[in-house]
Amino acid sequence: MSSRDDVVVVGAGPAGMAAAARLRSMAIRVTLVDEQPAPGGQIWRNLEANRNTAVGKALGSDYAAGAAAVAALRGSGCSLRFGTQVWQLEDGQSDADWRVFLKTAEGLDMLPASIVLLAGGAQERPNPFPGWTLPGVVSVGAAQILMKSAGQIPAEPVWVAGAGPLPLLYMTQLLALGGKIAGYLDTTPRGNLVAALPHLPRALAAWRDLRKGIGWLKVLRRSAVPIVKDVAEIAASGSDCLETVTYRPRGGAAVTVPARLLLVHEGVVPAIHVTMAMGCRHDWRDDQQCFAPSLDGWGETSRAGLYVAGDGAGIGGAEAARLRGEIAALGIARKLGKLSEAEAGQRAAPFRRALKKALAPRPFLDALYRPRPEIFAPAGHTVVCRCEEVTADQICRAAGKGGPNQLKAFTRAGMGPCQGRQCGYTVSHLLARSLNSSPGEVGFFHIRPPLKPVTLGELATLEVEEATP
Amino acid sequence: MTGGSRAILYDAVVVGGGLHGLSAALQLARSGARVGLLERSWIGRHASGASAAGVRTLGRPVAELPISLESMAMWHDIRGLVDDDCGFHVHGQIKVAENDIELAGLRDRVDQLRALGYRHEEVVDAAELRHLLPPIARHCVGAAVARDNGAADPHRTLQAFRRAAEAAGVTIYEGCGVGAVESIADRWRLSASRAILEAPVVVNAAGAWAGRLAALFGDTVPLGTKASMMIVTERVAPYVAPVVSCAGRALSFKQTDRGTLLIGGGVQGRFDLQAEKTTVDFIALRRAAQAATALFPSVAGVAMLRVWAGLEAKTEDLLPVIGPSPQAPGVLHAFGFSGHGFQLVPVVGAIIAELAATGKTTRQIAPFALQRLARKEAAA
Amino acid sequence: MFVRPFKSDARTVSIVIDGETVEASDGEMLAAVLLRTPPFYARKTPVSESPRAPYCLMGVCFDCLATVDGLASVQTCLTPVRDGMTVERQSGRRELSK
Repeated sequence: MSSRDDVVVVGAGPAGMAAAARLRSMAIRVTLVDEQPAPGGQIWRNLEANRNTAVGKALGSDYAAGAAAVAALRGSGCSLRFGTQVWQLEDGQSDADWRVFLKTAEGLDMLPASIVLLAGGAQERPNPFPGWTLPGVVSVGAAQILMKSAGQIPAEPVWVAGAGPLPLLYMTQLLALGGKIAGYLDTTPRGNLVAALPHLPRALAAWRDLRKGIGWLKVLRRSAVPIVKDVAEIAASGSDCLETVTYRPRGGAAVTVPARLLLVHEGVVPAIHVTMAMGCRHDWRDDQQCFAPSLDGWGETSRAGLYVAGDGAGIGGAEAARLRGEIAALGIARKLGKLSEAEAGQRAAPFRRALKKALAPRPFLDALYRPRPEIFAPAGHTVVCRCEEVTADQICRAAGKGGPNQLKAFTRAGMGPCQGRQCGYTVSHLLARSLNSSPGEVGFFHIRPPLKPVTLGELATLEVEEATP
Repeated sequence: MTGGSRAILYDAVVVGGGLHGLSAALQLARSGARVGLLERSWIGRHASGASAAGVRTLGRPVAELPISLESMAMWHDIRGLVDDDCGFHVHGQIKVAENDIELAGLRDRVDQLRALGYRHEEVVDAAELRHLLPPIARHCVGAAVARDNGAADPHRTLQAFRRAAEAAGVTIYEGCGVGAVESIADRWRLSASRAILEAPVVVNAAGAWAGRLAALFGDTVPLGTKASMMIVTERVAPYVAPVVSCAGRALSFKQTDRGTLLIGGGVQGRFDLQAEKTTVDFIALRRAAQAATALFPSVAGVAMLRVWAGLEAKTEDLLPVIGPSPQAPGVLHAFGFSGHGFQLVPVVGAIIAELAATGKTTRQIAPFALQRLARKEAAA
Repeated sequence: MFVRPFKSDARTVSIVIDGETVEASDGEMLAAVLLRTPPFYARKTPVSESPRAPYCLMGVCFDCLATVDGLASVQTCLTPVRDGMTVERQSGRRELSK
């Protein structure tokens, strides 16, 4: 039933779009699936609609740079399925074939594929703190998505708390659009810069990126945004919505300020939900404090015929994502017999060189923005599992030899709709601490399908033939 | 550590940290034995942790009824056994008939039970069915009901049995699978990955691995594997109180205290016993979704949040193996519950304790003798 | 919480949120509309009835769930607005019709 040469690419960000266009250029049949209504992923969200608008201008040149990729995708002859979620991947009945189960507003269907390329990108690192579930606490990434997709900005001067390039970028974009910032609580630990300096020479290969970051900092200082450095703890309070924010600089006294909106961000981590569900092998990346799927040089996971490209392979940014997408496409073409080993290697070589260059600033940035330990050891009353409202205390009390999965069974952490996306890392870190171990050894939740919720009625009416064993 | 480390001596070693192992260990300890329990992974890792935790006598094979009825009485005083109510709620179990033929079949069964002296099941008509299950589909014509049945919370039950076992002095070794078995004088020596235990009595409560363990003692029993799939939905407002099954379809349907709906019934996923892994088969699972929406049309819009398949052992006749090993002295078997062992947990632990203490039991366990399966294999 | 000084070119449509008529742009993200419409939250949790507003806006937090055109627990951050859409903020555990 599966026709050879069918590739399903999941995710229409920089990696997915590059891979899809490259596969199409080699006359391979591709279907690109994304749950968003339009291409661009998160970094180039709503790009087509923002062309020649005030928002588009304020978002800057990195955002505008996505136009070429989107145009290439539109012209590639790739089959495009937007507003479509992947809720399960199953082994087909012949070697390395896949059945990709999809959901749209119209119902469920299934696409057979020889190869599946996951380009689902990253998500913000969960950073639980007291009050983080209150209306009025929103992630910086979400605020930027609101800017991109709805031209929305905070109604009042906004508090921003976190670390990394994204809060700096967002704040400059917000200022360019006339927004106001009440203050930036920089949670980057003071010692990080010194620890990062040994990596600076290598990072200088991508001096343009570093210069951008310095530029953002300059804009902030020029705009007299109050900046508090080395903030160790934050907490949000209010009865039904955010009313105050309390922050404590490391070694200093706590300060409480009134606030209606707090934007938070503590870096990004690869989206591992699907690769975990598929039983792929993952490595613990201590440099990025995250799990990432183990991939060969072409981006293939430990499961044959399942590839990953983009930030889902490891945080690297848009250009690295694009290059990984190109390399994966060539690897897939080689797997499908469209390119010989030699041809694939030859064509991949320039992309590999460019990828090395694009990743040059990573060690520096990863060290500079290494998350402070408080993120992984929230105060006892902090809700860690947002869905099931399980606190850090409850999780620590239930810690045992059975790891995250026994703990999940006993506390229900990870059993709600998000299925561990917002609490998995925190649970692994808390367990690691109580067992004097590392998250890499402790492991992660078992991820069960469906990858996205599907209703009983939708499954009951799924029209797909039973697989012949 | 292996070889050279000292064996720890117990009166009884239980192999298997699921509910049957915990129940046996607990009741052995209460009868005065020093008990060690070996679990290859962690307590409740497999069948017990994936159970729908139905507490029923409804629809049981007749051979199981004597011990099942005794177990039901124990469930009604579960606090007396493990100092916790285990989330056991008594709202009845109901097996729905969707047409007159199915209803007639249920009536025949109840008549057969009455003839044998059992009165725990009754047949109800459509009106009474609707009273017990307001959202039931209108085409359903009646049901068999056991009003004193219900369901418990599997994880709460696991934690309660564990706590009670440890309070009674049982030593639990997790991450400790049995690698080898030796007969030494009047004892068995079990070498596990992190400990060596010796005891005159060994209880085989090793679930899906019980066949392998039995073989180490010289008992050959063919054991199959089940990977029954279960659906858990988002939380909804109180919807149904009884546990529901269906005469003509594989379905089990209940609502937990938290409001989630738990839907199973035996639709099989795929499994790899060696790797201890199961895979969900959604096309097959469709049948469970169809059954649920056929009986309860108003759940069509309810979201499934996760689906899994739990590994369990099954025997050829779907009856458990309970009783002494025919050839290995001191070895007591308690496995093969074939997807309906949860309710029997209290009584099977009592039977094991009785067998260990006295060498015999007053309970009717003849239908569960291991020999019946071995004989079949010889005949095959 | 958020304001929208930069309306898109898409035509203006009307949707109804908990009985209140609200203006939106055709095809924009429903969660964005919720974040600029008091009381800003999408639901009250089934566990403790605590109010939750959309948090991640990219489909990984599931806090933005609301009932859309009669369909419960829809991720509003993945839902494009259409003219006449009816939205109900969810409160606690959803009731199923009997």
